[in-house]
Amino acid sequence: MLARIGFPQPWLSLLLFITWQLLSDGISGGSVVLGLILAWAIPRITYGFWPEPPGFVNAWRMPVYLAIVLWDIVLASFSVAKLILSPRKPRPAFICYPLQLEHPLAISILASTISLTPGTVSADVSDDQKLLLIHALDAEDNQAVIDSIHNRYEKPLMEMFK
Amino acid sequence: MSEVTEYIIAGLLLLGGAFSLIGALGLARLPDFFTRLHGPTKATTLGVGAIMLSSVIYFSNSGEGLGVAEILITVFLFLTAPVSANMLAKAAMHIGVSPMDGTRGNPWDQ
Repeated sequence: MLARIGFPQPWLSLLLFITWQLLSDGISGGSVVLGLILAWAIPRITYGFWPEPPGFVNAWRMPVYLAIVLWDIVLASFSVAKLILSPRKPRPAFICYPLQLEHPLAISILASTISLTPGTVSADVSDDQKLLLIHALDAEDNQAVIDSIHNRYEKPLMEMFK
Repeated sequence: MSEVTEYIIAGLLLLGGAFSLIGALGLARLPDFFTRLHGPTKATTLGVGAIMLSSVIYFSNSGEGLGVAEILITVFLFLTAPVSANMLAKAAMHIGVSPMDGTRGNPWDQ
């Protein structure tokens, strides 16, 4: 029913509407109207970029995941700061990470997480979406980096996108 | 505003400023393009996060309601920073920027 009146992705529309209400100074008639227009137009325009609408199976796990990521950002920021300030040279490495996730949205969440946690940047995804190229700033052991990413981030995401 | 809150806000501002400064230092100090990518996109993540948090605490305590706008700014920043880092890395691999000596593994270009 929602799809017929023009909301192909009701959750995205709801999110956009709420975000617009929070961005504008207080809820008024104008902000509601403009919010509705945006919530209608943006999912339509970007529809082609979503090959399949994301299906969260276990969305309640998201806050736990975000908390882990935030904590890791804090911890890893300190280690990167220490590396920048210390005189020794970093040991950078390009690492091929074998992806087990299959959903495109899950892969992009994992890639964003890897980029946000200091010390690693996800540089590219292979065309068949099986490999993720990661640039690590200071890695002693490729396998250790792969294992820690797999255990800390990929496993929870796999639970979420089963 | 109580004294404790003021100390917390000041501490967060100092922490944020320090991390932003270290991020900028990293941009100048690190040896090649790919390692420099880490400085500004990441050490600053915590820097901006701490400054935003202090702003939220300040405005929430000065009786103007919870500072939702700052939280949204942080969220948008966290959403867009990985994308720009990814684009920069892809562009660098595409034009064949060579990584520093001693880098293990190879960038691919497809």
